[in-house]
Amino acid sequence: MRLNIELIKKLTQTFGPSGSEEGVLEIIKQEIKDYCDEITYDALGNMICKKKGNGRKIMVAAHADEIGIMITHIDDEGFLRFTTIGGVYVDQILGRRVSFKNGTVGVIGVEHLEDKKDFRLEKLYIDIGVKNKEEALKLVNIGDSASFAGEFVEEGDRLISKAFDDRIGCYVAIEALKSCKTDNEVYFVFTAQEEVGTRGAAASAYNIHPDFAIAVDVTSTGDTPKARKMAVSLGKGAAIKVMDRSIIVNPDIRENMIKTAKENNIPYQLEVLEFGGTDAGPIHMTKGGIPSGVISIPTRYVHSVSEMVDKNDVEACIKLLVKLLEK
Amino acid sequence: MLLKELTEIMGASGEEKLIREKIKNIIKPYVDDMYVDNMGNLIACKKGKKDKPKIMLAAHMDEVGLMVKSINEDGTISFFPVGGVDNRILVAKPVKVGEKGINGVIGAKPIHLQKRDEQERPLDYDSLYIDIGAKNKEEAEKHVSLGDYIYFDSNFELMGNGYIKAKALDDRIGCNVLIEILKNEYEYTICAAFTVQEEVGLRGAGVAAYNIEPDFAIVVEGTVAADVTDSVPHLISTELGKGPAISLMDRTTLYDRKTIDKITKIARENNVPYQFRRISSGGNDAGKIHLTKGGIKTVAVSIPCRYIHSFNSVAYLEDFNNAVVLVDLIIKNIKREDLI
Repeated sequence: MRLNIELIKKLTQTFGPSGSEEGVLEIIKQEIKDYCDEITYDALGNMICKKKGNGRKIMVAAHADEIGIMITHIDDEGFLRFTTIGGVYVDQILGRRVSFKNGTVGVIGVEHLEDKKDFRLEKLYIDIGVKNKEEALKLVNIGDSASFAGEFVEEGDRLISKAFDDRIGCYVAIEALKSCKTDNEVYFVFTAQEEVGTRGAAASAYNIHPDFAIAVDVTSTGDTPKARKMAVSLGKGAAIKVMDRSIIVNPDIRENMIKTAKENNIPYQLEVLEFGGTDAGPIHMTKGGIPSGVISIPTRYVHSVSEMVDKNDVEACIKLLVKLLEK
Repeated sequence: MLLKELTEIMGASGEEKLIREKIKNIIKPYVDDMYVDNMGNLIACKKGKKDKPKIMLAAHMDEVGLMVKSINEDGTISFFPVGGVDNRILVAKPVKVGEKGINGVIGAKPIHLQKRDEQERPLDYDSLYIDIGAKNKEEAEKHVSLGDYIYFDSNFELMGNGYIKAKALDDRIGCNVLIEILKNEYEYTICAAFTVQEEVGLRGAGVAAYNIEPDFAIVVEGTVAADVTDSVPHLISTELGKGPAISLMDRTTLYDRKTIDKITKIARENNVPYQFRRISSGGNDAGKIHLTKGGIKTVAVSIPCRYIHSFNSVAYLEDFNNAVVLVDLIIKNIKREDLI
């Protein structure tokens, strides 16, 4: 299997903080429309691609949004104050660049602090290179959101970029959607607002009411110097989730996923994530409960501007998802 | 003034009976159908010329308060908060305890007896008690039971030129907006939900939305204003006198940008002042409503209130009037195809 590096690059570099997923969804739509029987959107902004079939009803969820910031105030000199969208590590964003939907770029600066301990969100501002409020308002307004800049780099087997969380999951879903041959009725949902509390997925699960759901998202690793202990490494295969803060995967589902990986010689590893959750959290508790599993792409430096994944893991995730859908 | 009656009624989360009865009696002549659901939400619907889209309006009836935790040997009462109450504002304030409205005062060790380190930190719930003038536990137990609610004893008053002060403006001011809207006739069916238990975690609203199943929801709130002397300009959230505040993002909801753009356009075209709510902390019933069933497009329109969640909040009447005008205009002008 050859990965479509150009598509991965395009997906990661497209603007799409939570609540502003339209651009990402449009790219995905162009990519998948010939493979879907129907594409719809719901009230929360999720995009749903339906592939008709007579078998089981399966939902695949990958979230289209990424973390970012939102403007809350513009001062007379044209500097912006902001709040964070999703799990942004505020202590890591000084000097970072952000991009708004219209292409406006800003730099994150900080007020002079007598004491480094005073470093916190409300001391930071964004400089968009304007002279005053009037000029600023021509480019941006309160409520506008921006994403962090982080260019795409291919380095051997490894890929580096912003927003692999969860555009790489979207990519896995896109490739599986294109290549799976199944009688099952499959709904590929590119969800909105995962980063602010897995909000989109529940609505789509309610509307679809599938027999089974698989979320595809990134997970952390424990393979870097003095990392927090975690038995997931880059390059060791697709991660099959055991649990995180939002779900304990039903053991039968987990075993079935492991069995599928083994039968098809797909490299896999088990994932126990001690923090964070995914779309499977709200999905598995929708209505009377929906059996759900999670395929995770091992990713270093999650929620930074330089997230890193391994091509072989991405490939393994696609294969595993395809085999599960074809079962 | 209706706002005086609404704010002076005692009704903390879980004990919304009196305020619900009051609202029921007021709105009865204006609505087609009214019921109280299992959570205690009051749902009042008014049929439009068309069944769809159905618009839900939501304002919560409950206010923050306190609850009796134990009755002490000396006749004083220990208590805990119901909803988000700032313990630093409690000492020496008058309160009403229980359904009978027993008079009480929140007491603490007097400053003369406090050690220096005690003076330097705010009094917490363990150091505060309520004095109801009972000699001992036995006497106190005649008037007060565990679980009784304790209310801020505070009256509605007009202040200055067009300002008001009252307890419970959050969210009786929103309830008042809904009452005014129910007096009007609309093309679309509207259902007003006067919700319960917002202050303890948005517990009523989701159930109300589930039963109503609207195509669109408007939450009307009293929200934080910090537009006073020493505030940092980028942290004031909202300002009194600048019109109703439209929410962009809070802890519970990321509001749909396209819908926000539509309602701000409606406001501009009709010369109604508005502002954005410019902080992302806090949350409101929209958090539960927009995630109900398959998702419901929801906006929040709020009246700025200073000193929210205290004995006396301050609001500006013109902001309230403009909130009524804005909600009315939204219902009249929002397009069917934007909602379904």
